[in-house]
Amino acid sequence: MDWRAQDHEPIRTYPLLGGDDLKFGIVVSEGPYTHQASDTAYNFVTAALAAGHEVPRVFFYHDGVNVGTRLSIPPQDERNIQQQWSALAAEHGTDLVICIAAAQRRGLLDQNEADRQGKDASNIAEGFRISGLGQLIEMGIETDRLMTFGD
Amino acid sequence: MEDGVKKFLYVNRKAPYGTIYALESLEVVLIGAAFDQDVSLAFLDDGVFQLVKSQDTKDIGVKNFSPTFRALGDYEVTKLFVEKESLDERGLTADDLQEIMWEDEDEDYAEKPSIRIISRTEMADVMSDQDVILSF
Repeated sequence: MDWRAQDHEPIRTYPLLGGDDLKFGIVVSEGPYTHQASDTAYNFVTAALAAGHEVPRVFFYHDGVNVGTRLSIPPQDERNIQQQWSALAAEHGTDLVICIAAAQRRGLLDQNEADRQGKDASNIAEGFRISGLGQLIEMGIETDRLMTFGD
Repeated sequence: MEDGVKKFLYVNRKAPYGTIYALESLEVVLIGAAFDQDVSLAFLDDGVFQLVKSQDTKDIGVKNFSPTFRALGDYEVTKLFVEKESLDERGLTADDLQEIMWEDEDEDYAEKPSIRIISRTEMADVMSDQDVILSF
């Protein structure tokens, strides 16, 4: 038997487009280009903003932190995922937060952290900032809906 | 939702090693504990392997983080829901899982088990009861 077909209380549904404006928190948990997650998240955020909703923060976790490097150079005829997000942040003021613990494992550093750790380079793109996991929890508390884009 | 407290559920679906999801999920749980929310953890699919006792990672060169689950009670994380069907499908039983206890302050610090084995149907009910679900 397909367990998904068992009787449950109907899943609550909410109007996403139209109706009351909502505040969305977004988690991106897979890396750019390898995985669709950051693209789908970007498309969702763009659509939500266009529909009048708010997206105060996007939190990048796991390999999702790699979206925030300014050193990626995709081929000219491909989308530039980092630049799409940076432009979105510039236009809408969306707070793009990269998890510091996940970032340090994977070699993502802002200048502060590079100085502190004695590293010879930093690589965080415009519009992104590095901060702690508390920002993820806070986003869950303060938004109406938290959506994860990942595997 | 009362007094600004939300129900957070961390869903663990992946084996403890092989990918980093399980470890980085636990890091979120530990940080999140400081926010005084109503926290539960769910273990399903290969995620049930995270709670298997006597893990030994010496030969794969990664840290064995499974003892950390036993510290969750000190962070007031006391609800670990494990899906029975996921155990069954992997030939596991409750006896294969490590003992995780918490102390109930309201009952003279009585030790109580944190792990609750529930059915898939009950897991769906646990999920629909949440405000925030983070899936790893």
